[in-house]
Amino acid sequence: MAVTTLEVPGDGTTATLRRRRPQLGVYTLLVPASLLMAVALGYPLVRQFVISFQEYGLRQQFGQPAEWVGLANYTDLLSDPYVWTVIGRSIAFCLINAAVTMVIGIAFAVLMARVGAAARMTLQVSLLLAWGTPVLASMTVWQWLFDSQYGAINWVLSNVLGFEGMAHHSWIIQPLSFYFVATVIVVWMSVPFVAFSVYAGLLQVPEETMEAAQLDGASARQRFWNITMPMVRPVLSVVLLLQVIWDLKVFTQIYVLQRAGAPTRDTNLLGTLIYSYAKEFSKAGALATIMLVITLALTGFYIRQMLKEDEL
Amino acid sequence: MSTLATGAQPATNATADLPVRPTKTRRGGSPASSTAGRRAWGVVAVLIAVVWVFPIYWMINSAFLPLNKLQAPDPTFLPLGGTMSNFRQVWADPSFWAAMRISLSVVVVVLVAALIFAFLAALAVSRFRFRGRKAFILTILVVQMIPAEGLFISQFQMLDGWHLVNRVAGLALVYVAAILPFTIWMLRGFVQGVPIELEEAGMVDGLSRTGAFFRITFPLLAPGLVAAGVYGFLQAWNEYTLALVVMTDPSQRTLPLWLQGLVEANRATDWGVVMAGAALIAIPVIAFFLFVQNKMTSGLVAGAVKG
Repeated sequence: MAVTTLEVPGDGTTATLRRRRPQLGVYTLLVPASLLMAVALGYPLVRQFVISFQEYGLRQQFGQPAEWVGLANYTDLLSDPYVWTVIGRSIAFCLINAAVTMVIGIAFAVLMARVGAAARMTLQVSLLLAWGTPVLASMTVWQWLFDSQYGAINWVLSNVLGFEGMAHHSWIIQPLSFYFVATVIVVWMSVPFVAFSVYAGLLQVPEETMEAAQLDGASARQRFWNITMPMVRPVLSVVLLLQVIWDLKVFTQIYVLQRAGAPTRDTNLLGTLIYSYAKEFSKAGALATIMLVITLALTGFYIRQMLKEDEL
Repeated sequence: MSTLATGAQPATNATADLPVRPTKTRRGGSPASSTAGRRAWGVVAVLIAVVWVFPIYWMINSAFLPLNKLQAPDPTFLPLGGTMSNFRQVWADPSFWAAMRISLSVVVVVLVAALIFAFLAALAVSRFRFRGRKAFILTILVVQMIPAEGLFISQFQMLDGWHLVNRVAGLALVYVAAILPFTIWMLRGFVQGVPIELEEAGMVDGLSRTGAFFRITFPLLAPGLVAAGVYGFLQAWNEYTLALVVMTDPSQRTLPLWLQGLVEANRATDWGVVMAGAALIAIPVIAFFLFVQNKMTSGLVAGAVKG
């Protein structure tokens, strides 16, 4: 606190010392967190970036200095059509999942605002349960639900809805139906977050504005698109941003489904492809950097917008 | 950082059930038709709720069913005449308890470290003005955007170099780093929620600055610390990817890794045991989550929904 200067008029040195001490104190408060993040996040990030320009193989594991190879790892990756296929798949998967999640999430939020308290509570508890379940536990249940022999979904399709061909259908063998299953699971897990965030946003729209608009003759639809939507836009953009980031780097769901017997090569997304390069650090580093660039390309605009709007 | 965010994402103001504002829900039509409309939508909402919760119901239902019912031509929809044998089998499995021990150790280390470090940092950015403050906050925001899945290989290498692979300390290190940014962000909101005037009043009454902080502000922060603690607990308890990379030795598995092992050992043979395992991991988390969701909320709202 700078007030301390007043106590020692005329004595310049003490004054500056006193003024500086709290400053130093503040930095000590930041040291543990900063240090830890620098060590466990910053260092791996930088190191991965550096290694992506080096040849880092078995010999380097035994202490040989790594050779600089410039962009060779990147050109290797980007001249491989398979890598492009996976990049394309990942972007498509990410955009479709984010879009479906947003649409369903917003619809649920609007629904919550429209129904009575009991119905809303029921829906909220159900969504919370889906949200709170550990991802591995959810993955396990979904595998059981989609089980080809005894799974509930095949049973419903063949015995209730009459698609008899579905009786022993194996969902994860075909890439397209593999991604369908993955999308169902990812959307199921992600919708609650979107629905709750948007619902919280909807509650912040002032009543007076809505009343005024209604008096001015705006229809429900007009009020929704011209007042509610613009007002919850900040919430929507944060949520969409997070969805895009999370869906692009999706790993656990894909990995677990692959382990359940899906053909890995036909179903890889960026996360699992990087994981499959575990022994080739340079390649993994280069692909991870590419993934970061794709994330920034998809989200950069939004991040800049958010930073502009957010007063720190 | 977002790796850990899949399990429990930042919560928002939701469970607290606020009264509906009539103006917002009322549509253009007559009151009678709008009540009927609301009923109809209510039915839709309940149906959706049933569909959404079904997988979780199915997990618990299957966990109580014996093998011959699980593998019957028609599924059993109610665990009538159910059995505890699936749970007993998991309970008697030493690897479950070994994984439980590892998971609990990781959670404790992560919680203690993350809460202390995040609290100090949150205090610094919300109670002091200093050079580099904005840069620090910005870093915390940006770090959460980094796709952590891209980092796991080099994190593994780093831990390997320090002989921290297959060690609780190694996994805890990367977990703490992963949850710190969001925890700081959340606690910052809580600290800001306590008006500095309260502290100043205490100082006028003769408390030192530190004294004022610990006697006045700190007790008011308790809910925030609880919320942040639960967030950390959920992340460390649920996380899979980093655990998969760091804990390669089967004897060092965390609970999610153990569950995946159980799935792979029992696939297509005994889903009942697998469901019992999943339920045992999920139930404490769901209970916690329902309990604190509301509190996590206010922190996020205070911190983030400002712009």
